[in-house]
Amino acid sequence: MTDAPTQPILEIDNLTIDLPEGNDRRHAVDGVSISVGPREIVCLVGESGSGKSVTAFSIMGLLPKGQLTPSGGAIRLMGENVLEASEERLRELRGARMSMIFQEPMTALNPTMTCGDQIEEVLTTHTDLDQATRQTKILDILEQVQLPDPPRMAASYPHQLSGGQRQRIMIAMALVLEPVLLIADEPTTALDVTTQEQILKLMKEIQKTHDTAVLFITHDFGVVAEIADRVAVMQWGKVVEEGSSEAVLKRPQAPYTRMLIGAVPSFTPHGRPREAKAPVVLATDGLCKTYGGGGFFQRARPVHAAQDVSLEVRRGETLGIVGESGSGKSTVARCIARLIDPTSGHIYLDSDDIAQASQSRLRSLRRRVQIVFQDPYRSLNPRRTVGASIVEGPMNYGMSGAAAYERARELMSLVRLDPTALDRFPHQFSGGQRQRICIARALAMEPDLLIADEAVSALDVSVQAQVLELLDDIRRRLDLAMLFITHDLRVAAQVCDTVAVMHRGQVVEYGDAASVFSDPQHDYTRALFAAAPGRGFDFGGALASG
Amino acid sequence: MFGFIIQRLLATIPVLGMVAVFVFLMLRLTPGDPAAVLAGDNGTPEQIEQIRQSLGLNEPLLVQLGIWVGNLLQGDFGQSYFFKKDVAELILLRVEPTLALAITTLILTIAVAVPIGVIAAYKHGTWIDRAVMAFSVAGFSVPVFVLGYILIYVFAMEVKLFPVQGYKEISDGFWPFLHRLILPSITLSVIYIALIARITRASVLEILGEDYIRTAYAKGLTPSTVLRKHALRNAAVPIVTVIGIGIALLIGGVVVTESVYNIPGLGRLTVDAVLGRDYPTIQAVIIVFSFVYVVINLLVDLTYSLLDPRIRY
Amino acid sequence: MTEGTENLVDAAASADASSRRATVWEQLVRNTSVMVGGAIMALMVLIAICAPLLGTMDPSDIDPAWRNKKPGTERTLTADDGTQSTWVYLMGTDTLGRDTYSRVIYGAQVSLAVGLIVAVLSLAIGLVVGMVSGYIRWLDGIVMRVMDGLMAIPGILLAIALVSLADAGLVTVILAITIPEIPRVVRLVRSIVLSIREEPYVEAAISVGTRLHLILIRHVLPNTIAPLIVQGTYICASAILVEAILSFLGVGIPPETPTWGNIMAEGRILFRVFPHNILFPGIFLAITVLAVNMLGDGLRDTLDPRMRKRL
Repeated sequence: MTDAPTQPILEIDNLTIDLPEGNDRRHAVDGVSISVGPREIVCLVGESGSGKSVTAFSIMGLLPKGQLTPSGGAIRLMGENVLEASEERLRELRGARMSMIFQEPMTALNPTMTCGDQIEEVLTTHTDLDQATRQTKILDILEQVQLPDPPRMAASYPHQLSGGQRQRIMIAMALVLEPVLLIADEPTTALDVTTQEQILKLMKEIQKTHDTAVLFITHDFGVVAEIADRVAVMQWGKVVEEGSSEAVLKRPQAPYTRMLIGAVPSFTPHGRPREAKAPVVLATDGLCKTYGGGGFFQRARPVHAAQDVSLEVRRGETLGIVGESGSGKSTVARCIARLIDPTSGHIYLDSDDIAQASQSRLRSLRRRVQIVFQDPYRSLNPRRTVGASIVEGPMNYGMSGAAAYERARELMSLVRLDPTALDRFPHQFSGGQRQRICIARALAMEPDLLIADEAVSALDVSVQAQVLELLDDIRRRLDLAMLFITHDLRVAAQVCDTVAVMHRGQVVEYGDAASVFSDPQHDYTRALFAAAPGRGFDFGGALASG
Repeated sequence: MFGFIIQRLLATIPVLGMVAVFVFLMLRLTPGDPAAVLAGDNGTPEQIEQIRQSLGLNEPLLVQLGIWVGNLLQGDFGQSYFFKKDVAELILLRVEPTLALAITTLILTIAVAVPIGVIAAYKHGTWIDRAVMAFSVAGFSVPVFVLGYILIYVFAMEVKLFPVQGYKEISDGFWPFLHRLILPSITLSVIYIALIARITRASVLEILGEDYIRTAYAKGLTPSTVLRKHALRNAAVPIVTVIGIGIALLIGGVVVTESVYNIPGLGRLTVDAVLGRDYPTIQAVIIVFSFVYVVINLLVDLTYSLLDPRIRY
Repeated sequence: MTEGTENLVDAAASADASSRRATVWEQLVRNTSVMVGGAIMALMVLIAICAPLLGTMDPSDIDPAWRNKKPGTERTLTADDGTQSTWVYLMGTDTLGRDTYSRVIYGAQVSLAVGLIVAVLSLAIGLVVGMVSGYIRWLDGIVMRVMDGLMAIPGILLAIALVSLADAGLVTVILAITIPEIPRVVRLVRSIVLSIREEPYVEAAISVGTRLHLILIRHVLPNTIAPLIVQGTYICASAILVEAILSFLGVGIPPETPTWGNIMAEGRILFRVFPHNILFPGIFLAITVLAVNMLGDGLRDTLDPRMRKRL
């Protein structure tokens, strides 16, 4: 860093943003100072509620009116304080000098306008270019964001494109007028890992060719390791650590940063020894689930959500099913839990085939397989106490109320929650706590097999680490068989003994976690692993040495 | 697209079939013998029996249903008990006033309701919004006939701007025709405006919370451009849907409005038929109105694909 | 909303939700629509119940000598023992010499009764049919086709046709107004059932072996209550209106029964000379329906904010 000090593109100086009255803290953003220099990518990292997105939106002047108001400090774009700019001046700046891309490419584009028209709108708003020049510029920027067949893309509606393509359109729209600052709010969070890799690569390239300064908001340290020049870590509205990417990731100083980085699961499988003679709890044989087909007038093509899936899980072991969205991993889990009916194939629980079991026979088998879902906010009935949710199952099978509540108290201790909290309602618990309650509810049935369907995906990384540890502890103590569905390879590496990689409804690779991770055989598995952000960066190791 | 039209057309058949069955059962549940009514007070038992034969009333119920539906499909709605005329002919005579009233009302409604709904949504939470909402609740609550009489009292009796009641055919000249339709249309449109303004406001308000509206602002667009080009277009599907569903309200209102303003349309015919227990006419009117309602909502469905490119059939 | 602001607003909402049970009443009390609408409704109910005590005479008393009197006309009554008293026709008389004020006051009884009974009946029937239809696949198809057929007939028209089938009377009118309302309730309940059954907590209940009827009662039914209360108020308002329309058209409750619609139907003939027979019942009717609608809007905003989108 021997560059002569140049004027920063963006300078946030002691910014404070107030929360509406009645919140647990007064400021969403509290005395934040960050600067982004020319051609620099600065990552703003933090967990949910840290104030990172609020900071980003305040730069654009897009905070919801009346709910969040900047009350102090300054935001200078090329020296001009945007907090004091008029609405009209702000409109001139937006889209031309500074632009923004958002998290959800699915909803961030207007569904009733073609992509070309939406890009053109930026040009007509800010320039006097004629029709032909505008068209040339649009096709040119579409070319630059590496979309195939630009004229066709320009004529397409957003719903005709994939998530990755839409995010490219957003980037094209943001960069068509060569702004000096690009703000990216979790632009790859909603994308699959292979798409994420491509978008990150594109952003890096295009940032170089356009000389754009980038403020990149993310919660993912893997992404930080891939893209950042400098990093600022936020917690509770304050910047707790700032420095070069190298320094922050390798030698974190603030305890919070150290905790966050330590919580990122390592890519190296845990390598715990397997018990070869443990009995098989669950085996599927040629499991298939097909949707659709038939239809009288519209010949709907049948969708093979799961094809010929054959897996087994032994007692005390964890099988991970890994795959991107639409790979069929959740379909398999829901078939095994018999929440949906498989089209064909067998599901053996010990020696009982439950694949085609009738509803009445299923009832006696249900307690042996329990499932924990992804969304902690929708998994518990908001109108019932958590105690009522936990005892519902045992009481269905004839346990007395008193005994069931006694058991519920034991389980609350097991999942490390206050046993006296059974009479509270779900909304009085945090996301991580709710997920623990869901685990307790599942364990109350004394299942042989516990299915975790993306059970930690909605949680912040620090909470995720705790829940993962809890699941592992429970598996060990109760000698449970576990089926762990995840899209996150790091998580899979941490918890699984065996791994099945799914792609388009089929298991493309299946084997010991150690061998799959160290020596992937299938092309898709290799591509998936190569795309994982920050793969060259061993977070756990960094912390040990730092 | 073509496949979809066929599919939607076929889907209306069971609906209209249900309507036909309801209406048929209603006739058969009524007290009294239709043949005796048709024969009149001086009808001999032989005459009655003859009419029974010709109407097929001695057949089993299912056969009667078949005959009746067959006649319907040929446009034969039977004989009116009350007017002693072909019901089909009777209805044709009454179509013009009702159609005229419905069209003027529809134009007035859309011209007023959509703009005030959009403005209310954009000015959400201000006095303009509250005023539109207050009008909408009030418009929903004032009975059509009370409003009709108040308007007659004020604008036709106190200030003699409009004729009190009555109808002139369009062949009698356009101005006399329109002049007599103004008060009825206003009367009829108030509840409809209340409905459409409300749904317009709600839909636009919801769209204004969408991510792509934020994107539009992030591009530096002015609020009016965002409202026109991004919000209204996306809010169109629910608005058009409710305009279609609201036709039911309009049909109900037509019956009352025509009575208040003494307009000789299908609504008046309905009331006269019910008062005279003229079952064939009641049946026919219900079938005709339901048919119109179903067809309009079919058309509404078909316009979705024009309004929203995501809907492709 | 953005991830950041959403979480922030969520935090605010959850702080709010922690005391939700205690504040539902407070929210209702703070809502102007609920308070104003509720107060007017309470007043109307009071008027209906206390009708005989409000200085009324028998609303069916015909007095040919005192036909078509303007509001405020005074009349001297002589009792059997010879004492004299003054009777004021506050709202005038109708073409048969009946006291309009008394008829309007007694008319509240019929309107409110019709509104409440129709609301309760259509909600009860709609709830049962909607729940069953939402959970039993093969029945769903049949039920929904019947409902589609019913909905294809414009409501007032169907009601008019239905009253023509039987002898006019309170029961006939109530049934005729209820039947067209049922399909809308069925659809509402069914849509709630269909969305709730996809909720992970319902799937969790299935996984722990909860039987169907318990799932419906424990997990689905409570979610229908708020929307049904709101829908019920709107149905009540619409039923009061439709009853008045039927009476006004002369196809509703027999004309000797004092209902607001009947009084107005009477008043039509001499409207140009004596508009009071339409105006007074019209005002009562409009205010009552307005109050119920305001109550509905207020309840919707407090109990079921998601429903703002619907009507």
